[in-house]
Amino acid sequence: METVKQETLLEIDNLNFSFKTQRGLVRAVRDLSITIKKGETLTLVGESGCGKSVTAHAINQLNPMPPGRVDSGRILFNGIDLLQLKKGEIEKMRGTQISMIFQEPMTALNPVFTVGSQIADVFMTHQGMGKDEAMARAVELFHLVKIPAPERRIHAYPHQLSGGMRQRAMIAMALASPEPGLMIADEPTTALDVTIQAQILDLLGDLKQQIDMSILLITHDMGVVAEMADRVVVMYAGRKVEESDVNSIFNDPRHPYTLGLLNSLPSNPKYKQAKRLEAITGTVPDLLTIGDGCPFANRCAYATDICRSSFPSMSEINKDHSVWCHNHESVKREKAQ
Amino acid sequence: MVKHILKRLVLLLPTILGVVTLVFFMIALAPGDPARVMLGERANAAQIAQLRAELGLDEPLIKQYGLYLSRVVRFDLGKSITSGQQVAEEIGKLFPATIELAFMAMIFASVLGILLGVTSAIKRNTWVDYTTMGGALFGVSMPVFWLGLVLIMIFSVWLDLLPTGGRMNIRYYFTPITNFYVIDGLILLFKEGTAKYLVSAIQHLILPTIALGTIPLAIIARTTRSSMLEVLQQDYIKTARSAGIREKRVIYRYALRNALLPVITVIGIQFGLLLSGAILTETVFSWPGIGKWLYVAIGARDYPSVQGGIIFISVFFVLINLVVDILYSVVNPKIRLQ
Repeated sequence: METVKQETLLEIDNLNFSFKTQRGLVRAVRDLSITIKKGETLTLVGESGCGKSVTAHAINQLNPMPPGRVDSGRILFNGIDLLQLKKGEIEKMRGTQISMIFQEPMTALNPVFTVGSQIADVFMTHQGMGKDEAMARAVELFHLVKIPAPERRIHAYPHQLSGGMRQRAMIAMALASPEPGLMIADEPTTALDVTIQAQILDLLGDLKQQIDMSILLITHDMGVVAEMADRVVVMYAGRKVEESDVNSIFNDPRHPYTLGLLNSLPSNPKYKQAKRLEAITGTVPDLLTIGDGCPFANRCAYATDICRSSFPSMSEINKDHSVWCHNHESVKREKAQ
Repeated sequence: MVKHILKRLVLLLPTILGVVTLVFFMIALAPGDPARVMLGERANAAQIAQLRAELGLDEPLIKQYGLYLSRVVRFDLGKSITSGQQVAEEIGKLFPATIELAFMAMIFASVLGILLGVTSAIKRNTWVDYTTMGGALFGVSMPVFWLGLVLIMIFSVWLDLLPTGGRMNIRYYFTPITNFYVIDGLILLFKEGTAKYLVSAIQHLILPTIALGTIPLAIIARTTRSSMLEVLQQDYIKTARSAGIREKRVIYRYALRNALLPVITVIGIQFGLLLSGAILTETVFSWPGIGKWLYVAIGARDYPSVQGGIIFISVFFVLINLVVDILYSVVNPKIRLQ
């Protein structure tokens, strides 16, 4: 990453988000702060239920509210607090400056309309285009996302396209905005074949070059992180536990959870001798009964008494790398051995 | 698409044959001798034998069935025992009244039902939702004839706003053109420039429409609500919102179009059932349609009329189902392309 001074595009500041359920209050996101600079790709990593998607959906307010609720915090986009916007204003923001692609291309496109008309509808909504012009622009976008025979495919229904094609169509829809600023990609490759995954990631990389947008990429796949990310935020049980530039996270992971994620990668050099894949033992704690300690303590080989009683404050490894762990020094020492 | 419709049309024939067969044997298998039942207990043997010969009842059952089929194919449903008129002709005169009422009731039920269903789905778990769904429960639980009588009592007797029955103000000495009085009213509005026929036809339709349409309305509203709630959870709704599509459009275009699939099925079934509901409604409102006529025919054991009426209603039901099938493929592209 070049060390050019970049402007901040999105700043999530101390966000707390919870869901009211019949069993009690689920604190899905706690004290989360994230910044994304213009032109940057930030990946949000963590396992299912760690609050990645809730965070992403909090940005353009797609979480169901109620039961969801913002307890505190700000989400500044180009300096405007999105949480203070009225409903109509946030609707205008969606699809013009903040767009989104989803995990399941099978279900994320409306089955009863052609893909072309769905994309055209976005143009018509935001830019007041007529139907013909909007369809022509949709064809252009299909070219851009490298869908073969776009003039024909534009009239296809989602079920007539393959998974990869659908995801390309989704990306085209997300690009149907006048000034794409931020694209939120919520596990865009999880439901796809490995070969298609690579193609979609390449496409996203290319598009970012061409269009100059920022990407917030949500994933649980460290392989995707290595491929795409400028910076990485690791989340666990609603908390940010480590944040770093991409090189540092792979070379010098400081949080035991990050270390566990990296150790469970099949491409990890230590599997050259064909040992079993390493898994992180235990399971994610129940967000209902979670206390104020470090949420990873019950699964952590490094946990000490203090871990169970208080969440650690930030420790800066270098200016691009911070970790929230009481024992990050022991993680470092052990790795060195 | 055209091929699909043609295929469905061809498939209609065996269905209708089945209906005719069923109706024929149902009457043939009914205990007792129809001729004896028709003539009453004082008839002598000669009279009965004569009627049996007239009706073809002394032939073997299979031959009777063959004869009946060959007549039905030529739209000859026999003569009514009570009036002596051709059954097919009587039905031809009466069915516009029933169709008009049934269509009105269905439009009333579908439009209002879908609207209420969508509204209570968006306002889920608020007082709007509770009131609508409570009302719907009340609606399905009400017997048609009772609701009809209550409506007459309130709007005709107490408030004196609407007529108690019939299809047209009898003082107008109205001669029907198409027998669809609303259409006739429109024709006269343009031809003679008077709206009084149209207004009277509509006034007479209001109460029977509500009485007949309330149960389907309630069922459609409940189906729409649950279908909408399910569709609103789908990923593609989130996609539409994330693309900044306005909420109204998300609901009425993106969600409703998908939610309508089960609703269309229910509308089709209710439309068919409506015809049996029409028997009660037409009786309560002195509506001169198939329903009331069939009711009288059953009471008089007028077997040719009963058979004809049932065949007619069944064929209508089958046709409605065909329309539903076609609508289905219009709304759902997956069916269209298979």
